[in-house]
Formats: sequence, C-alpha cells, structure tokens
Amino acid sequence: MLEVLELAARRGDAVLFRRLGFRVEAGKMLVVTGPNGTGKTTLLRILAGLTLATAGRVLFRGEAVAPGSPKLRAECVFVGHLPALKDEFTAEENLSSLVELSGVRPTASQLRAVLSEVALDAQRALPARVLSQGQRRRIGLARLSLLRRPLWLLDEPATALDTTGLALLGQLIARQLAAGGAVVASTHQTLDLPPEHLEWLVLA
Amino acid sequence: MAGAGMSADVDSGAGVGAALRWSVERDLRLALRSRSELGVQLMFYVIVVTLFPLASTPERMLLATMGPGVLWVAALLASLLSLPRLFASDFADGTLEQIALSPFPMPALVFGKILAHWLTTGLPIVLLAPLLGIQYGLDGTALWIVTLSLLIGTPILSLLGAIGAALTLGVRGGGSLLALLILPLYVPILIFGAGSADAVRAGLSASANLSLLGAGLLIALVGAPLATAASVRIALD
Repeated sequence: MLEVLELAARRGDAVLFRRLGFRVEAGKMLVVTGPNGTGKTTLLRILAGLTLATAGRVLFRGEAVAPGSPKLRAECVFVGHLPALKDEFTAEENLSSLVELSGVRPTASQLRAVLSEVALDAQRALPARVLSQGQRRRIGLARLSLLRRPLWLLDEPATALDTTGLALLGQLIARQLAAGGAVVASTHQTLDLPPEHLEWLVLA
Repeated sequence: MAGAGMSADVDSGAGVGAALRWSVERDLRLALRSRSELGVQLMFYVIVVTLFPLASTPERMLLATMGPGVLWVAALLASLLSLPRLFASDFADGTLEQIALSPFPMPALVFGKILAHWLTTGLPIVLLAPLLGIQYGLDGTALWIVTLSLLIGTPILSLLGAIGAALTLGVRGGGSLLALLILPLYVPILIFGAGSADAVRAGLSASANLSLLGAGLLIALVGAPLATAASVRIALD
C-alpha cells in the first residue's frame, strides 16, 4: 500500500536518516523504533505530508504522492504528539469536531457508542480541560475508530495510556489490519498483536 | 470498520462549503466560550476612542476633523491586538496539523477562520463606530461614511493580518514581528478609510476612496486565504 524509496531527512544540519526504503502492505503494521532523536517523528510527518523530505519518494498504491496531496489526505489519518483538543469543548464536541474535519459526519449514537468503546462514557460531557493525559489520548483512539481510513500513521500512540488503554489500542489496530488497512506506528511499547502482522524498522 | 475499499469521504469540489461551515461554526463557538478575551479587544477600542476627546480640546470643529482618523487608528490597533490569537492556540494544540491534513481545501478552512475572526472582532467595531462617533460631533453623513468605510476596511485588516499571523507562528516575539510585517500593508487601508470621511467633509464624494477600499477587499479575499494557507504549511514543516 505504501512504499518509500531512498528517503532522506535532516533537521537543521544533522542528517536524521538517508537512503531509507521500506514497503508496508495492506494488513501489515510497520513498527518504527529507535532511540530518541533518530527521526521517528520526522519520518511519520513526512509520510503524512506535513514535513518535506530532503530526498526520496513516497509511493501510495503505486503512485508517487506529493506531500499534502489531496489523495493522501483523504486516505490516511495521522495521530501525532499533539491531541488537537480544545479545552473549551467537551470530549464529545472535540471528537465530533475532529471527525467532521476529516469529512465524516458522525451521528449522535455513533459518537456515544465509540466514546463508550474507549471507556469515556462518564466524561462525555466534561470539558477537555479536566481530562487526564490518558483520557485525552483515548479521544484520539475514538477518532481512529470512527474514521475509516486505509492508512494510519501513529506517532507514539501508546504514550500516557494505561494497560486497558493499551489493550484497546491493540484491538483497534488488529481490527484495522483485519479490514485490510495498514498502520505505521512509532512506539516503544509492545502491543499484543500477532507477530506475523508486524514488521520492524529500527532507526539508529 | 470498513473493508479495504475505504476511500475518500469528500470530493474536493463539494468540500469548500462544508469546510467554511466547519471552521466558522467551530471558531464562533470557541469565541462564545471565551468571551472575556473578545471583551479585552473591544474595550481597548472603546477606551482609546473615548479618551481622545477628553485629552484634546473640546472644540467642535477640531473634534469633527480628527474623529474619523481616531476611529480608524483605534480599529487598526484593536485588529493588531487580536491577530496573534488567530492561529496561536490551534498551532499549540495540534489542530492546525489536522487542518493541514484534512481532505477539505485548506484555503477554505483558513478563510473560515478569518471570517469568524472578523465576525467576532471586526464587526463589533463597525457596529460601535456610529455610537462612538457621536462623541466627536460627527454629523449623520460623516457617521454613515465612516461606518461604511470600516465595514469595507476591517475585513481587509483581518485578511492581511492573517497572512502575518501565519508567517509569525512559532516565532519567539511573534507579536511585535507581526506588527512590523503588517503595519506597512495596513497604511493604505488607513489612508483610504479615514480619507473617505475627509472627502465628504470637504464637499467631495467619498466614492473614490470607498471604491479603492472595495477593490482592496476583493484582492484580499482572493489572495489572502491562499497566502495564509501556504504560510501555515511552512510554519508546520
């Protein structure tokens, strides 16, 4: 589904990686690991089209895609370090606003169902200001669940999640892979997923 | 979850209206929940305009001469005061990233934000202008022309200011840099805006000034959303 050729990136004067190449097939998850500062976030931002690569090409379904191209934007979902939540909005308003930004209009019952899936029933009407870091992350998970996108780009999705949160993340990813989607995620946590679906990329 | 054939939910042509609706509605709702911030900006405008006649001579002729200029300068400074907040919170919490990644056309999303910004900061200024103008002893025609020029001019301030706000995102001391960047662009608007009331007082028609302002508005409407969207992308890189 996604193919990367001869990719290079730098931050300031430092070369983060060069001649990087890999493929992610449908139904597979690419786990990007490596010490801090080796370019995991940069790689994901390049794939999402937020950052320009110094060199190299990204092919999506066999076609070269420009960063920020509408085709890529319509088919992938990026969850970064920043949760994109508004403190003034409730959990439910935040979720529906984010999902609508991706062009999907969820119904009230869909929102309710997915929020209870991520165990935020009780916090549904609370402003995001009072939610914990883990609960904020769960809104991001709820968004993944509502958006039907073939490619997920997840930057440290396990941060701040507790054990049930991690299990939930694992379930969501397993469902995405089973549905023929692909996932690229940077993470240090081990997720409970069948190893035959996983591929590893170690940046150093 | 859907199957492997999951695809685009939005086709780009139909997206413009939905994108506008999304960002205008969202930003207006946010503005309503943080009303005190809006109040500060409006209070600044009212205070500056009200203090001027108190500090200068109460002579009618003099006040009527400087009235339109003061209204315009205060509107310009109030706009400058509110601009840094246009993108700052969306930048800090990651919403701008998601806006850049949305399948909706980004200039439309950005234009919606600018429109909401004008509705919450520019429009109140326009609506208050006739009331505040009375302090300067402006007559009916002058009041009407000043208000009309502000109605055409303040959206230009928001549109041009948005480019500056996007360019200075994430820059330390962005507020003062923004003022330096944007003030030269504001000067012609100030001249034509305040000049329209002067023309009327001198017995001329204000239509030349107002037409120039209108032309400026059309150019800004077309160009500013595109330039702002490009600037936001640069800020996110």
